[in-house]
Amino acid sequence: MAKKKAVKKSDAKATEEKMVTVFIMGKGYKVPAEATIMGAIEYAGYLLKRGAGCREGFCGACATVYRMPGDYKIYTGLACTTRVEEGMWLAQLPASPAHKAIYDIKKIKPEVATIQELYPEVFRCVACNSCSKACPQDLEVMDYIQEAKRGNIAAVMDLSFDCVMCGLCAIRCPAEIVQYNVGLLCKRLYGRYLAPESKELTKRIKEVKSKKFDKEFKELMTAKKSDLEKQYYDRDLES
Amino acid sequence: MYPDYMTESLKKVVASRNKRFELAKSGKPVYPPMDADEREDVLNKFHPDFKKESRKKIRIGPNKGELLTTEVTEMLESHSRIKPELFDLSNPDYETDILIIGGGGAGCAAAIVAMQHGAKSIISTKLRMGDANSMMSQGGMQAAVKPQDSPTRHYLDAMGGGHFDNKPALVRALTEDGPNVVKWLEELGMIWDKDEEGSLQAMHGGGTSRKRMLSSRDYTGAIIMRTLMDEVRNNPDKITTLEFTPTVELIMDARGRAAGGILYNIETEEYFTVKAKATINATGGYGRLHIRGFDTTNHYGATGDGLVMSYRAGAKLMYMDSVQYHPTGSVFPEQIAGFLITEAIRGAGGQPLNKFGELFVFPREPRDVESAAIIRECVEADNGIATPSGRLGVWLDSPLIDMLQGDGYINRHFPAMHRQFIRYGIDIKEEPMLIYPSLHYQNGGVEINDKCESNIPGLYVAGEASGGVHGRNRLMGNSVLDYNVFGRRAGTYATEYAKKVKLGKLNIEHVNAYEEELKKARIKTDLIAPVLLPSYTPESVRKRQLTAHYEGTLR
Repeated sequence: MAKKKAVKKSDAKATEEKMVTVFIMGKGYKVPAEATIMGAIEYAGYLLKRGAGCREGFCGACATVYRMPGDYKIYTGLACTTRVEEGMWLAQLPASPAHKAIYDIKKIKPEVATIQELYPEVFRCVACNSCSKACPQDLEVMDYIQEAKRGNIAAVMDLSFDCVMCGLCAIRCPAEIVQYNVGLLCKRLYGRYLAPESKELTKRIKEVKSKKFDKEFKELMTAKKSDLEKQYYDRDLES
Repeated sequence: MYPDYMTESLKKVVASRNKRFELAKSGKPVYPPMDADEREDVLNKFHPDFKKESRKKIRIGPNKGELLTTEVTEMLESHSRIKPELFDLSNPDYETDILIIGGGGAGCAAAIVAMQHGAKSIISTKLRMGDANSMMSQGGMQAAVKPQDSPTRHYLDAMGGGHFDNKPALVRALTEDGPNVVKWLEELGMIWDKDEEGSLQAMHGGGTSRKRMLSSRDYTGAIIMRTLMDEVRNNPDKITTLEFTPTVELIMDARGRAAGGILYNIETEEYFTVKAKATINATGGYGRLHIRGFDTTNHYGATGDGLVMSYRAGAKLMYMDSVQYHPTGSVFPEQIAGFLITEAIRGAGGQPLNKFGELFVFPREPRDVESAAIIRECVEADNGIATPSGRLGVWLDSPLIDMLQGDGYINRHFPAMHRQFIRYGIDIKEEPMLIYPSLHYQNGGVEINDKCESNIPGLYVAGEASGGVHGRNRLMGNSVLDYNVFGRRAGTYATEYAKKVKLGKLNIEHVNAYEEELKKARIKTDLIAPVLLPSYTPESVRKRQLTAHYEGTLR
């Protein structure tokens, strides 16, 4: 059974739904109370070009900052997964200006000197924790910047693993660090240099190179469909 | 938090859990897998593709007379965004070796490999680089690296999953290149889940007979994509990236070879011309066409642009009658309706259950079969659970996973999934998820051979935009492998070709010829394609946008 399109749905339900008022870049709109920020912006009539990507919390295109009435705090979130609230005053970050070091992954080493050379501003961190507070993924961003200062590449990799590179940490950082690019550098260093080698993979690649599967492939590729079907339905399943 | 009226059904899930746990621990299938006849029966009766109105005959172009997915036929029988006579092609705005259309996984992999072979490229991408379905795959990538597995075993699983319609040479390329891709990505800095000795963690997916799903927690696609993007950005003198600037038509040369494209800056609304010796179409899929009104797991820009521009230029499509619905899209809460719930949840032991807390299907059937079985359980047996907004779904029992794999497994391996639901007060370690099939993948596409060549010389196609490798149903983890294997191949073979080709005079005559065909076939349509972006503007707002002139969804 097909379900209704999101487009039609929001329209049909508009009259019966509970509504709230949100201020999109300062302008008030009534939107469904259950909407995400992204849904609300579209409901108000905007066609997003910036500020929308995967729409499921993986790509970091939709970083949003907002304030609530009577509250001095700045809040942050991803528009695609944050629900609107009455009186929310919001603006999206269309892009975040970020410094990215250019490097050759084959020529750098997984050590603190690499961080010093490529992202020296890391050492300006004043441990204010603004980055961690801004992170919509609830990562301990400041902690991984501390680990980066120590050259603990594996720890940076682990602590920054779920980063979606939305830019909210970098935009809040008084030391002007681009945390997410430091995280990405350390992930690449870890994957290439620190992850233990898979011996079974090395062996399999050798087997492929020596054409070990050539004959089997040829038999499978020229087999009659009925024979292939039989082989398929008779095959054993690893438990 | 689930609404109160679901409590009774949730209690039944809890009540049957221990018994189902014992069953899963026994190592035997928890529910009998279907044989060929049972698969065919459930697909014919319940898979959305098999509804009569799901397919419509196309009246023009290389596939004229064939039944294609209705929304695809309608998109292909459309007008171009451009008027060819307005373009001066004698003095192109950019010249390069290879124009790569699409900045997702296939496009970036192609650019990196092309660069290693000595070719310069331009990546034209509609949104940001990496705004692609590649970024969103969670569960993993198949590659036969385990001693008990082999590339030929992988081949057999993929063929069976695709109902033996797959092109054999493509499946061989896919499965035989697999182990190399694992290594290639690791050398670029990709992080694979491994144990302390370096042994790769491998899990089951739907339709796999060996554990071969390699992963990077449940951020597999995001980690691969960001690794590839970073490598592209590290080489700005060899790869030029034009973001928010999709290609909207191909440019041809006098001998009918692809020779670049017309690009459109969606922000400044300017058009640009790119002359390229070779062109790679890596535009991905079409989930945002919301086929049959389904919600989708796809990213915002997945509107099948590459299909229509290639088709206008004469490219032959394959299996464009087949749509993949992912068995487990989220249906509750409403805010995350349609979102992908990784198949790895079932690979790790999660079970789909009806409202009585009963199993009704083997949890790891190939996707089309699993989806059809879920729809059957909801529609025919009426054993689904209705959400407050009227959607139907079945449970996906995730708490079983920590019971089977050990405490902490969900936290370690499914941080993204856990985060997705805990935002709405549902802890998937304690409570099941509510799911229903969601529009997920374009099984077909532009037909290619194992060098990624289409029937148009100079036009290479890789990733979801291509057709043939998955037959009419892709298995989990084979798309991540696909965009790497064929992205790399496209980069290699397009470079080889670009080094030899001498282009003739450029033209976009095919756009006029296609318009002529539309007229001759008496097709009346106001649709303009590529669609570029879906519209979620409410109808009431659109009515008030009196002065706006739309070309498709864009002004």
